[in-house]
Amino acid sequence: MTREQKLVLPLVSLLAMHLLVLFAGFVAPYDVATQFREHPYAPPSPVHFRDRRGHIHIRPFLYAWKNNGKFAEYEEDTEQIMPVRFFVPGDPYTMLHVLHSSVHLFGVKEPAHIFILGSDGYGRDQFSRLLFGGQISLFSGLLAAALSLSLGLLFGSAAGYYGGLLDSLLMRVSEVFLALPWLYLLFAVRAFLPLRMSAAGTFLLLIAIVGAVGWTRPARLVRGIVLSAKERSYVLAARGFGATDWYLLRRHVLPQTRGVLLTQAAILIPQFILAEVTLSFLGLGVAEPVPSWGNMLSALQQYNVLSSYWWMIIPGLVLIPIFLSYYLLARCLEQQV
Amino acid sequence: MNAFLRFGVLLLSCAQAACALAGSLAATEELLVTRSEVGRPGGKLIIAERSEPKTLNPVTALDGPSRDVIRRMTADLIRINRSTQLTEPALAISWTNSSDKRQYTLKLRHGIKFSDGHPFDADDVVFSFQVYLDEKVHSVQRDLLMIDGKPIGVVKLDQFTVRFELPKPYAAAERIFDSVAMLPRHLLDQLYKEGKLASAWGLNVPPSEIAGLGPFRLKEYVAGQRLVLERNPYYWKSDSKRTRLPYLDQLVYLFVPSEDAQVLRFQAGDTDILNRISADNFPVLQKDQRAHEFTLLDLGPGLEYNFLLFNLNDDTTGRLPDVARHQVWFREQKFRQSISEAIDRNAIVKLVYQGRATPLIAQVTPGNKLWLDQSLPKPGRSVAQAKDLLRSAGFRWKADGTLIDSTGQPVEFSILASASNAQRKQMATLIQADLKQVGINVQVVPMEFRAQLDRVVQTHDYDTAIMALGSGDVDPTAEMNVWLSTGGTHLWHLGEKQPATNWEAEIDRLMRAQETEMDPRKRKRDYDQVQQIVAAQMPIVCLVSPNILVGAKAKLGNFQPAILDHYTLWNADELFWRQ
Repeated sequence: MTREQKLVLPLVSLLAMHLLVLFAGFVAPYDVATQFREHPYAPPSPVHFRDRRGHIHIRPFLYAWKNNGKFAEYEEDTEQIMPVRFFVPGDPYTMLHVLHSSVHLFGVKEPAHIFILGSDGYGRDQFSRLLFGGQISLFSGLLAAALSLSLGLLFGSAAGYYGGLLDSLLMRVSEVFLALPWLYLLFAVRAFLPLRMSAAGTFLLLIAIVGAVGWTRPARLVRGIVLSAKERSYVLAARGFGATDWYLLRRHVLPQTRGVLLTQAAILIPQFILAEVTLSFLGLGVAEPVPSWGNMLSALQQYNVLSSYWWMIIPGLVLIPIFLSYYLLARCLEQQV
Repeated sequence: MNAFLRFGVLLLSCAQAACALAGSLAATEELLVTRSEVGRPGGKLIIAERSEPKTLNPVTALDGPSRDVIRRMTADLIRINRSTQLTEPALAISWTNSSDKRQYTLKLRHGIKFSDGHPFDADDVVFSFQVYLDEKVHSVQRDLLMIDGKPIGVVKLDQFTVRFELPKPYAAAERIFDSVAMLPRHLLDQLYKEGKLASAWGLNVPPSEIAGLGPFRLKEYVAGQRLVLERNPYYWKSDSKRTRLPYLDQLVYLFVPSEDAQVLRFQAGDTDILNRISADNFPVLQKDQRAHEFTLLDLGPGLEYNFLLFNLNDDTTGRLPDVARHQVWFREQKFRQSISEAIDRNAIVKLVYQGRATPLIAQVTPGNKLWLDQSLPKPGRSVAQAKDLLRSAGFRWKADGTLIDSTGQPVEFSILASASNAQRKQMATLIQADLKQVGINVQVVPMEFRAQLDRVVQTHDYDTAIMALGSGDVDPTAEMNVWLSTGGTHLWHLGEKQPATNWEAEIDRLMRAQETEMDPRKRKRDYDQVQQIVAAQMPIVCLVSPNILVGAKAKLGNFQPAILDHYTLWNADELFWRQ
């Protein structure tokens, strides 16, 4: 397999996951805040093709969950077959801020609900929340990585190229950033923030915080490359011909950092996704009812949820294929560099 | 050989003499004979506490864990039986009151001793009340012992008789003796005179320097790990077979970080009793009930009530413009009523408490059978009615369904909830979804409990908050500081000099009237009226009252949990291990 071929698998799977999350409104059967209060902690609904009489159906179907009188204990109501329908009308949604619709990829008729990954303690569909939560978790990772790489590129190249006092100053600052106990600082910062913050505001703040914390490592790497690149003979020659600093950086020095930046991106993005998940898990992320994988997982802080409802762990399990894809990508990129 | 025999005989006669002496002492000792099941002495009981006690000083202890431990080490003159909810003799063997109901004469038990063997008499009683009533000591009990701003008078009539003089008739007089622990004068008098009493009896006090009249006394304290109490050999109760109580040799408190840890330790058999189980963890334990031989009990609603609190403080104008703007809505009675109407309490009962709670319309819970006003309407939910109320108060809706006030401002506010309390966060999330249906945008703000309390009590920088209150007693007098407009727990409007509204003035009047009214029926009528005002005015929107859920190992005898605090250990002196 050539190196390019090796890149295909992680890239395609990541692209697929991001598209799925981006079009969550269409793919998810319900809105994130819709509470089916009759169905708290409903287990994932099994999708059937064969009914209890043994007849095979071409169209998949499910049975509605029937509560047996005790809290969160259900059995299938096999009296009525509830066929899964496609392109059904449901809760209205907006995709990419412009597309308004209320058509969902799949769904079932009331009184049944399709919980393919179960429901949470309020009877909200875990699958829908997982997709919408991915918008926060995945894209905060991407955007925070973009932010910290830009900052890293800016400070790293400035420190490496100009050297001297600026270099010392920037590197000492980066050491301070590395040494700070960030988690505790974040708790302190949260206490000073206003009580009412919109979900979008919190999202941007999370990105800003995570991105601002993470710029030091790429900055130090970029600085190293810039330091060696600026002493290359062709750079010195160009300078002799009267090239400006900006021209040299743009034309000769910064292109050298491309490989490192790409590899760093593939390493940082999963780290930052995890950072968002951790912060939200601890209650520092977006507020209810907006989901993120972190605040979905925070239900597991309760012992009874952890011990009784296994499907609540799914937002944590989803991280595994995503991280694997990113690390695969990082390794391929590293080999190319 | 002869010498040895003689020595033996001498020893025997000494022992006989000692027995006779002990016997004669016991005769003058007026022990309280309990009627509970006769148990078997020995063994220890282990209980996990979520936080360590801060002190062992009954005068200054404020926090729950400290008071839990102290109550096992001390005794009161008259106590409230947690099971019957009635008063019964404790250190006082009997009492009479004068015809004007202002003088109570208490007869103390003869011949009983503190846990260090020192005798107890009227001087200790007079000393104790002197300490509790001393302004400089800042005791927690002082508020309770002040009636109409005047202290209760205490007079020693003879060595075993004390007279209490009340400034005016006081309906709950007998009940206030419960939780006023008797202090040993011989140990504390010197410290009191030196002004060091408040700092005495910290956790590191040597066991020889602390004594009480409770069933247990201090054995050891290991910081961060455990506190061990041992049997008080001088305790003043016995069972019907004249065996001196308590049966248990030791009471061990372990310190664990969370409620889940408490449950896990109990499940693993490391601890013997669970004083309070959340409704989430109850079914988890129930699954194991057979295999592990637990007794798990649902005692029904307790005295605790959860509520949504509106910020009605009036010191926010100018200082906190955002809050002040929202308060215009909160001050509107119909707005508060519509919020109550929009909240689905049955969903809270079902989803947050798994059915183990009761919806409330006012502050008195169904657990308080004596005082609940049965005529109050049952809380219902109607989005249409909530909208009608809002419409009649001048609110309107935008095309997208958002509620706006008469100036066109969208109605939105935040709810503070303690971040460490899963139930309150869940309630807030449910309320958020409920209020969305009437067009109100609510933000749930989980916050560390101390930070939340600081906003509610100190800075008043909040819109609404979910909190809970629970009194230690069923009597309405225990709720005085919540409902009096000048009360320290009058959470929605703290520090009022004058009642801010007519209905608050009316509650003040009724609460004061019931306090001094001696006719129980008239008292009940007054307090019923208070409940009706609360249900109509809704300064707090009462939500639900959670059931008291407790557990213990099945072999624990005399286990009689009650809905009054301390639910499980209130009769620790009678608990014993079956074979």
